[in-house]
Amino acid sequence: MTEEIIIAGFGGQGVLSMGKILAYSGIMQNQEVSWMPSYGPEMRGGTANVTVILSDDRISSPVLKKFDTAIILNQQSMDKFVNEVKPGGTLLYDPNGITHHPERRDINIYRIPGAALAVEMGNPQTFNMIIMGGFLKIKPIVLLENVKKGLEKSLPERHHKLIPLNIQAIQKGSDSVETVHTV
Amino acid sequence: MTATTEINKIISKENMVYGKTSVLLDNEMHYCPGCTHGVIHKVIAEVIDEMGIQDKTIGISPVGCSVLAYNYLDIDWQQAAHGRAPALATATSRLMPEKYVFTYQGDGDLASIGCAEIIHACNRGENIVVFFVNNAIYGMTGGQMAPTTLEGQVTATTPYGRDCAVTGFPMKITEMIAMLPGTRFVTRQSAETPGAVRKLKKVVQKAFENTREKKGLSFIEIVSTCSSGWKLSPVKSNEWMKENMFPYYPLGTLKDE
Amino acid sequence: MGDVRLMKGNEVIAEAAIRCGCDGYFGYPITPQSEVMETLMIRKPQEETGMVVLQAESEVAAINMVYGGASCGKKVMTSSSSPGVSLKQEGITYLAGAELPALIVNIVRGGPGLGTIQPAQSDYFQAVKGGGHGDYKLIVLAPASVQEMNDFVDLSFELAFKYLNPAMILSDGVIGQMMEKVELSEYKPRWTAEEIEKISGSWATTGKTPGAQRRISTSLDLDSAKQEIFNHKLQAKYRAMEENEVRFEKIACDDAEYLFVAYGSSARICQKAVEQAREKGIKVGLLRPITLFPYPTKAIQEMLKNVKGILAVEMSAGQMVEDVRLAVNGKVPVEHFGRYGGIIPTPEEVVEALEQKILGK
Ligand SMILES: Cc1ncc(C[n+]2csc(CCOP(=O)(O)OP(=O)(O)O)c2C)c(N)n1
Ligand code: SF4
Ligand SMILES: [Mg+2]
Repeated sequence: MTEEIIIAGFGGQGVLSMGKILAYSGIMQNQEVSWMPSYGPEMRGGTANVTVILSDDRISSPVLKKFDTAIILNQQSMDKFVNEVKPGGTLLYDPNGITHHPERRDINIYRIPGAALAVEMGNPQTFNMIIMGGFLKIKPIVLLENVKKGLEKSLPERHHKLIPLNIQAIQKGSDSVETVHTV
Repeated sequence: MTATTEINKIISKENMVYGKTSVLLDNEMHYCPGCTHGVIHKVIAEVIDEMGIQDKTIGISPVGCSVLAYNYLDIDWQQAAHGRAPALATATSRLMPEKYVFTYQGDGDLASIGCAEIIHACNRGENIVVFFVNNAIYGMTGGQMAPTTLEGQVTATTPYGRDCAVTGFPMKITEMIAMLPGTRFVTRQSAETPGAVRKLKKVVQKAFENTREKKGLSFIEIVSTCSSGWKLSPVKSNEWMKENMFPYYPLGTLKDE
Repeated sequence: MGDVRLMKGNEVIAEAAIRCGCDGYFGYPITPQSEVMETLMIRKPQEETGMVVLQAESEVAAINMVYGGASCGKKVMTSSSSPGVSLKQEGITYLAGAELPALIVNIVRGGPGLGTIQPAQSDYFQAVKGGGHGDYKLIVLAPASVQEMNDFVDLSFELAFKYLNPAMILSDGVIGQMMEKVELSEYKPRWTAEEIEKISGSWATTGKTPGAQRRISTSLDLDSAKQEIFNHKLQAKYRAMEENEVRFEKIACDDAEYLFVAYGSSARICQKAVEQAREKGIKVGLLRPITLFPYPTKAIQEMLKNVKGILAVEMSAGQMVEDVRLAVNGKVPVEHFGRYGGIIPTPEEVVEALEQKILGK
């Protein structure tokens, strides 16, 4: 199994840390992982994206053009990556702030109202784990127990009390993902 | 009277009390909200405008957040390697003695990597103006310790607070420079209130007048904020600066000959 | 399994330094490698192993601190990125001239000049062909994964002390900024004064023992005849490195009719390009130099029996390709494909370049 994922949105949406938790979860189930962020001043309030790869085999390129899954959290990222999903691949997006919805018919499209649900949960910090929940519902590539271990590994000790809330958010995301189109 | 004629009357030239100097370009500045660099640029631009020396002024930008200063002031510029601006200024001013030459440098650029260059330019008494923007941090590279970082101040490379026993002490480079016989005018200012900005403008004007009168080197430190590097809001940054920086870096003129 | 973590390449450099018993790190912040010193500062090795970590006032100062530390027989290092490494060149040639062991890490970014902070491989010439003045060579290692960032710190020191020569890890913003699974090394204690005396006592300036020869750390000899003899000695040392220290990896080379030659992050991209090209039925392999000096010249020559054309892929306008051409010596076509100025090529682009430049499609 190899899953090549791009996660893209605004800086501050937790894009990089979601990728990190996903990568750590992969390690917890003995997979090879890579996490390659965009870096530099473009991240100051601008867009942020990260390529995450989980694989049972040695990972070749950590930098990719085409992806199995794109997780899209703003319009700029939609414009940039909608055509980079491999045919038959998956696109998951949060419709919040999206003005041009994806129209491709050769990929699976799902959406999840992550921003709205985070407000509902009363904590904007849960946003990225809601999205993660949605993703894992569609593509259960890592087990929830490994995500939990991944959270433990990637969060500093003093934030461990937030893990139950994060798990709740994942649950919420998992329950709330909608299918737009499947091939 | 219709509303439009009313507005036109209000904005007519004879009623104008303030306008943006044309020396300041319309390019959108890349600085973070609340950053002092923008205010200082404006003051320099206004003085250049009012003294009518736009065509005779050469600015030398550093490596640091103000590396792109050349995008904002409508004058000729040179862009120096990190810390080396005073060397470029030396040659420029010596080869064109009738010009107004200034360097614009951060605390990392001037007091750390370029310490040798600035000390020797000051010691030679080059006929230039030096703007030293002291925000007690490396803004551009993401908030590491600068020579001017205060004792106990947390930065990316002093995550437990600056320990002077290990890293040395916050450097009062302006005091050191004031001791050099090559310098004529050495002052420390700030830019956080309209009053401070007015004072700053006066000394900037004086510095460029010194250049005109070939008096030698004028050195203006501006105690500044870096809300991104300090991880504080712009308002909190000003408070922090007043509470912590002003006592250690007291404002005022150290030397005026 | 040992201590397995998810870490950035830059962070791993710091961790590996602490664990291999490094005595001192001297650096100056520059993107995209600032995490090396930041990680060291968070880790506080001065409290754990006694390792000294100091933020110097410039790269010029940092490399000269390395010179001083190395002169004492200590394991010392610095890291920087392209503009900073340019500043260090003077210090680096002095280290080579004084035959001092040290580690210099370059997390390369696009140039020339202030350039960009995005990844590049355009400092190959500087690292491999000189950079500073004089006839000298660095041992140059090119990691292609975060794991190798870990492994090569210790290896660099080992080689530096074996040959009394500065070593360089030549990496880039991709490997420095990306996180991968890494198994960290076991801790090695720092050398004691006695061990240093045993290992480096003939040259380390640790204080003159009464009655013994004094030790001088210098690269100066005004007597040209002696300087020529010294240069012969250096050259003999570099030939020995070529004999003993060449390292490379071959991927999908057994039946290869075409070959990519690429190092570091470009090699990772080429690995994907190999997969994609083979799906199209093109039998292409990858030869990845791990040591850039000494260069795997013979390994490339041995491939020429079956290979009909070679594409050198690098994030530069064409630097390493010259060494491929020297090895091939006109026997088969050698072409170059590169993106530069901070642009990372995609595997798709690499396959397309292979088709156009080598297969003539
Ligand atoms: C030779 C060299 N070393 C390091 C850098 C990286 N660098 C860029 S800006 C900077 C620090 C700037 O700090 P400061 O002068 O205080 O300016 P500020 O951004 O705070 O205004 C550093 C270390 C570089 N560009 N060149
Ligand atoms: S990082 Fe600091 S110095 Fe740089 S623009 Fe932002 S506030 Fe200003
Ligand atoms: Mg500063």
